[in-house]
Amino acid sequence: MERPSKHIIAQLRKDLLVMGGLKMPATALSPGTALPFMRPCLPNGCFPLAAVHEFLSAEPGTLAPSQGFIAALVHLLFPEKTVIAWVTSSKLFPPALKNFGINPDQVLFIHPSGIKESLWVTDEALKCRGITAVVTELNGFDFTQSRRFQLAVEQSGVTGFILNSRKGNAAANACVSRWQIRAAPSQHPVDLPGVGRPAWDADLQKMRNGKKGNWVLQWNENRMQQVIPPVSIPAVERKKIAG
Amino acid sequence: MEKRLVSVWFPYLKTEWMMRRNKSLRGPLVLYGKEKGRLVVSAVNREAADADIKRGMALVDARAVLFNLQAIEEPPDVFETLLQKIAAWFIRFSPFIVIQDPDGLLVDASGCSHLWGGEEKYLQDIFLRMKNLHYTVRLCMAGTTGTAWAVCRFGNQINIPSGLETAALEHLPPASLRIDPAVAVKLNKLGLREIGDLRRMPVAALRRRMGESCVQRLHQALGTADELLLPIQVIPAYQERMNCLVPVVTRSGIEMALQQLLEKICLRLAAENKGIRTAVLTTYNIDGKQQQTVIGTSRATSNAGYVSALFDLKLSAIEPGWGIELFVLEVPDPEDQLTGQENIWVQHRGWKDDGICALVDKISNKIGPGKIHRYTPAAHHWPERAYQPLSAVGSEPVIAWPDHKPRPLQLLDPPCLIKVTAPIPDYPPMNFQYQEKMHKIIKADGPERIEQEWWIQEGMSRDYYQVEDDNGNRYWIFRQGHYHSNHPVQWFLHGFFV
Repeated sequence: MERPSKHIIAQLRKDLLVMGGLKMPATALSPGTALPFMRPCLPNGCFPLAAVHEFLSAEPGTLAPSQGFIAALVHLLFPEKTVIAWVTSSKLFPPALKNFGINPDQVLFIHPSGIKESLWVTDEALKCRGITAVVTELNGFDFTQSRRFQLAVEQSGVTGFILNSRKGNAAANACVSRWQIRAAPSQHPVDLPGVGRPAWDADLQKMRNGKKGNWVLQWNENRMQQVIPPVSIPAVERKKIAG
Repeated sequence: MEKRLVSVWFPYLKTEWMMRRNKSLRGPLVLYGKEKGRLVVSAVNREAADADIKRGMALVDARAVLFNLQAIEEPPDVFETLLQKIAAWFIRFSPFIVIQDPDGLLVDASGCSHLWGGEEKYLQDIFLRMKNLHYTVRLCMAGTTGTAWAVCRFGNQINIPSGLETAALEHLPPASLRIDPAVAVKLNKLGLREIGDLRRMPVAALRRRMGESCVQRLHQALGTADELLLPIQVIPAYQERMNCLVPVVTRSGIEMALQQLLEKICLRLAAENKGIRTAVLTTYNIDGKQQQTVIGTSRATSNAGYVSALFDLKLSAIEPGWGIELFVLEVPDPEDQLTGQENIWVQHRGWKDDGICALVDKISNKIGPGKIHRYTPAAHHWPERAYQPLSAVGSEPVIAWPDHKPRPLQLLDPPCLIKVTAPIPDYPPMNFQYQEKMHKIIKADGPERIEQEWWIQEGMSRDYYQVEDDNGNRYWIFRQGHYHSNHPVQWFLHGFFV
């Protein structure tokens, strides 16, 4: 029997994704090209826009790295300076967003008080077509609420990033992806003293129609680069080699 | 439009207020106060007045006239605001109400009475409503303030058509001109008993003998001189009112009223190319309570549907009580509306996008205007003062965001005091303790000294270090002030880097 050619299989895969509910991004935008290392894990090689992504930030010390990672993602996915809404209850320092390629004045900061207001504001912001991305800090949300967010973004085309600070096991929800971002030790290209570039240990725990992944990344001149960690040799082994 | 003014006089204001409060009071009643050590009648009611008891009479004399006279000491501080409250209630008859001390009101009814079906019905409604509230009133409608005042108190006509003021005043005493009582007595002595006599006198002679104010009052009454009136509230330029014949108690009723008012005001604003930035809806309940509902928009708009959607978020807070009889919608400071050409090709129009303005308005009206911001850089080195809220949604920052110094994404405010182990001056610490956890510092950058802005605040400078602990987390810590042998140095954690 003749084997079907490669491109037929590729086309069938694409069709499957569409049937599975994935929206194909417009041809003008090719999100994913700025994140080449991530492509094998992304559906069709594209970062899903018009979708809601979840970032776990319950662990101490993960909030600032997660916020920075999202800011970097937003900068890479939407290079033209569009309007972003940031629903925050933390002590976010707006001028620092400039370090991740976002002009703080393109961000609409909303400071709701209480979980009820946060959810309402997030829902309203996700429905607004004039906004490209919504970043929101929530202390837990249930499946129904995530469905509401998903329906809102399917209508409006907004991309949502939720920082979930709820402790314990992550509950099932309708978000397309789940990330755990931690800070990684910074590295200098040359072995200089001092603190190096911002670095992340990014763990992609779920990606609908995609695969899991794990990268060590650093922020270099408004670009995200993968860092190949040097092979660490345990001290005992080192002694053996030294003889 | 010709002026029509109604003078309302409450001849027995204070006593009737007392009788309204205390239903058991009947028959002749006087209020009294102390004056030079004796008790003097300060207010009378109708029965007492019929027995010829007057204000200023000694209480003992009044008691001698009527054996069954009831006398109550006048309570202090009550009557100062009484007339103001009544004036505020009168707003339903006209937006322009003037208080005429001590016991009268002036209502500018120009263009109002047709809503009641004519001047007669208008006056009748005022009279009946006051009667229901157990207040005796005397009314007179005329074309000038002076005539209305004079005929109300000294005449017996109720409605004087415009142009007939001179005839109406002809036989009234000069005291009805609101002149100084001393001048009135003097005129009486001179045999000038009627306003007609004054009118026929040469003006120069009258001015020389009786003073300027007497002449002015005469001309004001006759309508040949203007009179400055101070209303209890200035009529705003952009205001719409709706009187309801049947009091409104349901939400749908309130919505309909609001809709009509908004359409009217928006039509007018659109014609003048202006838009709403703030709108205030005041509802007047039948029991005298007032409620205000305020909405704000981020951009001037004259779209009635848009504004009513913002009001929708707040309508549930209005309590109709026994019913709302008057809605007043006011637009305090309308702004010029900038109508941009619609551009359907551009997907994202940035801050000019209507959807974003709608979102900002919706959120700020729902959760409060202080919770939604855009920020602009501020020209300060001190980190806490590095940014400030931007005034309007559509505006752009004047200076660029600084990006050459490391700044943390999370900034603690106020900085958190930490315990450190620092080797020698001007070196970063070796470790620090934050939230009962020891962080061992592996890498560090710094110091970056930030001095106090002495023109704003006195204090010590800060030496900032960017440090990384053994987990890879990066922090912003600072030492306050210089090392000194006399006092221990303090270290603070100020932020978290990525």
